[in-house]
Amino acid sequence: MELTINGMKREVDVPSDMPLLWVLRDVLGMTGTKFGCGMALCGACTVQLDGRATRSCVTPVSAVTGQAITTVEGIGDTPAGKTVQDAWIALDVPQCGYCQSGQIMSASALLASNAHPSDADIDAAMAGNICRCGTYGRIRAAITRAAQGGRS
Amino acid sequence: MTAVSRRAFVTVLAAAGGGLLLGYRLGDRERVASTAGIASASAATPEGFAPNAFIRIAPDGGIALIMPQAEMGQGTHTSMAMLLAEELEVAPGQIRLEHAPPDNTLYANALLGEQMTGASSSVRAFYEPLRRAGATARVMLVSAAAASWNADPASCRAQKGAVTHIPTGRTLRYGELAARAAALPVPGKVTLKDPKDFTLIGTPTKRFDTASKVNGTAQYGIDVRVPGMLIATVAASPVLGGKVGAIDDEKAKAIPGVRQIVRLDDVVAVVADHMWAAKQGLAALDIRWDDGPNANVSTADVGKGLAKASETMGVTARKDGDPASALAGASKKLSAVYEAPFLAHATMEPMNCTVHVRSDGCEVWTGSQVLSRAQAAAAKVAGLPLEKVVVHNHFLGGGFGRRLEVDYVTQAVRIAKEVSAPVKVVWTREEDVQHDVYRPYYYDRIAAGLSANGKPVAWAHRIVGPAIIARYLPLAFKDGIDIDAVDGAAQLLYDIPAIQIEHVRHEEPVLNTGFWRGVGVTHNNFVIESFMDELAAASKHDPVAYRRALLKRSPRALAVLNLAAKEAGWGTPMPRGRGRGVALLFSGWGTYLAQVADVELTGTGEVRVRRIVCAVDCGQVVNPDIVKAQIESGVVYGISAALWGEITLKNSRVEQSNFHNYRVLRMNEMPRIDVHLVRSGEAPGGIGEPGTAVTAAALGNAIYAATGKRLRTLPLQPRLAASTER
Repeated sequence: MELTINGMKREVDVPSDMPLLWVLRDVLGMTGTKFGCGMALCGACTVQLDGRATRSCVTPVSAVTGQAITTVEGIGDTPAGKTVQDAWIALDVPQCGYCQSGQIMSASALLASNAHPSDADIDAAMAGNICRCGTYGRIRAAITRAAQGGRS
Repeated sequence: MTAVSRRAFVTVLAAAGGGLLLGYRLGDRERVASTAGIASASAATPEGFAPNAFIRIAPDGGIALIMPQAEMGQGTHTSMAMLLAEELEVAPGQIRLEHAPPDNTLYANALLGEQMTGASSSVRAFYEPLRRAGATARVMLVSAAAASWNADPASCRAQKGAVTHIPTGRTLRYGELAARAAALPVPGKVTLKDPKDFTLIGTPTKRFDTASKVNGTAQYGIDVRVPGMLIATVAASPVLGGKVGAIDDEKAKAIPGVRQIVRLDDVVAVVADHMWAAKQGLAALDIRWDDGPNANVSTADVGKGLAKASETMGVTARKDGDPASALAGASKKLSAVYEAPFLAHATMEPMNCTVHVRSDGCEVWTGSQVLSRAQAAAAKVAGLPLEKVVVHNHFLGGGFGRRLEVDYVTQAVRIAKEVSAPVKVVWTREEDVQHDVYRPYYYDRIAAGLSANGKPVAWAHRIVGPAIIARYLPLAFKDGIDIDAVDGAAQLLYDIPAIQIEHVRHEEPVLNTGFWRGVGVTHNNFVIESFMDELAAASKHDPVAYRRALLKRSPRALAVLNLAAKEAGWGTPMPRGRGRGVALLFSGWGTYLAQVADVELTGTGEVRVRRIVCAVDCGQVVNPDIVKAQIESGVVYGISAALWGEITLKNSRVEQSNFHNYRVLRMNEMPRIDVHLVRSGEAPGGIGEPGTAVTAAALGNAIYAATGKRLRTLPLQPRLAASTER
């Protein structure tokens, strides 16, 4: 089966019902996308499919052929992703960092579709991403900063 | 991802003296693939200048700082590196960090007696040793430079990784001085900088791990990839002490990608080409469990056992005056029972450990707060001497005390012994929630006597729960007193003439219990500060004013209480359905913290935390931005636990399994958190746990202010709902 990941074609020979998460991590060795819950409850596994934030732990690989898959390894090559990463660095958002790949993928998808999200928009887009280190305040501040073009 | 580059691999091999490169240089986005981890720490040869176990300067100018403490989000790699860099006189951009290898001699935490990251102790334990390590190296580099110029060392100055001869302006970089410095004797005594000359310590220096944590290159234990590695997932007995009975594994073996089913007496592992096959294999297994001696226990049974134990005398940890007669003679008496449930840690990175057992040795890749214990555990299971067991540490995707345990290392090595390839054992979230080493269920009886004007004249606090210290640090378990179980209670700062603090040890065989972000203090603070509010209410005093009057001999505690009250607007009117609660923290951490919580009851009866104000005096601050981040983090962890956190048992099985029934705070529930730091020249205090410890009481007190309901059992949200239904 052929996948397009971060703009590159990748051929994988895996069961069609295998979640994209494990294809990325265990078959392709792209470990930036994290396993957290396996039930789309925590958001650690978030990737983008044609720009939409998607939980890869419950997404069968057969459902994503033909779509542009973006992971944290490639998100910095998109304008929104780069701005988000820069804001995360400016505000030192991560602590343990394990959830941050997913946070960045959700935040980048939000900003790519909504350049100036309100607090309610941020809540709606980010409520599916759990952070046990409690970096939510800084995540919100970083999204706001990114939306303002890196200032604030 | 791409294979490791030749250069990166060589760099790893050059990580002399042990230690695995973290694979990040500041601002460097180059990925060092985890396969680089194959480089054995012990295979590396020392070179360059290594005056102690924390600093290595290579002739090519590379400056490596070896991190004794595990980075689990608390920022210790940044603060430890700042301590070294401050005295070594190197700029943050010039250094590379490495994880220390397991070595209790070189990397012991002086406060805990072994290589351990926990108890909010890293800065406290390493504040002076790491500065001394940095200063020693600097003095030697300056001496080497001075000797090469035939100059007086006093006329030379070290700065940004180079030594300059001030009169002539000649300069040599540390790398150029490495060989000459390595030949010098290590000085026995060095002078540390005067704090007024600090350029890094006390400044909000950027974290060293952020870049790798935003682009997917940060390596956690779960990200390890070793050539030929298989992946396993496990089902351990759902009842502690139970055994595997009959298994039907035909269906599991038929699943493509499943390679092997490993059956041990209390756990079954499905070994496969990838996690998906392993998970499917596990689901297809039909396992009959023999539940053993702990079968059929419920949470209510545990509570009954604790309640019964609470009727017996405990070991006295503190006694001031004559509490019994003071209580008997008081004009008013109050008593209460408080309960705090079992809690899971629910780190974002589920437990995992990768192991390769060979005939001549064993190699382990994991994330651990106790690397030497992990090595010892692996050696014991593998039947090998310590020196044959190489252990590589990684970033921890959350620790919170969970990774102070090595159960997951032991289990992975047991499994790996049965597999003829390296195997990464990854727990599912369900396995992680149901096989945690839980924060104990505590049961407290507390009583106080008040004088006619409402001042407390007697205080008696009996804590019932296990003695984690007796199991975990037996040398610290003296005279039957568990310093952790009574932590915070024994340090009670309120000016009360008669005080008795007791611990009744009650072990619970049905669940393993251990440390959980503050443990003893976290539960004690809820009891003490809730009950203090009860006393204030009983004597019709304002909660802040009531505490203030009892802190005349504790200026640091009083100062944070006043600051938090002022910043939170304490005393200003609140709308109906809203309330403010205060709580004050004192503990063995050497940190003082006061918190004011502002909560709202929604129309559906949900507690909504609107704002948290913290005032903190943790002595000398190394990195104020990290201190603030840790308080924010601790508060969020504390809110989740206080409002919703509860592990319950039915038929001895943990009822919760994943984030849908072990609820944690999410973005849309996040309050505003304001942290105010008090400038202080006192010795550094701990900061990882205090924010958590103080939160439950502040929330409970705020709910009381908003509703008039005093909740004495955690978690608060379901108890509030139950009290409303009644």
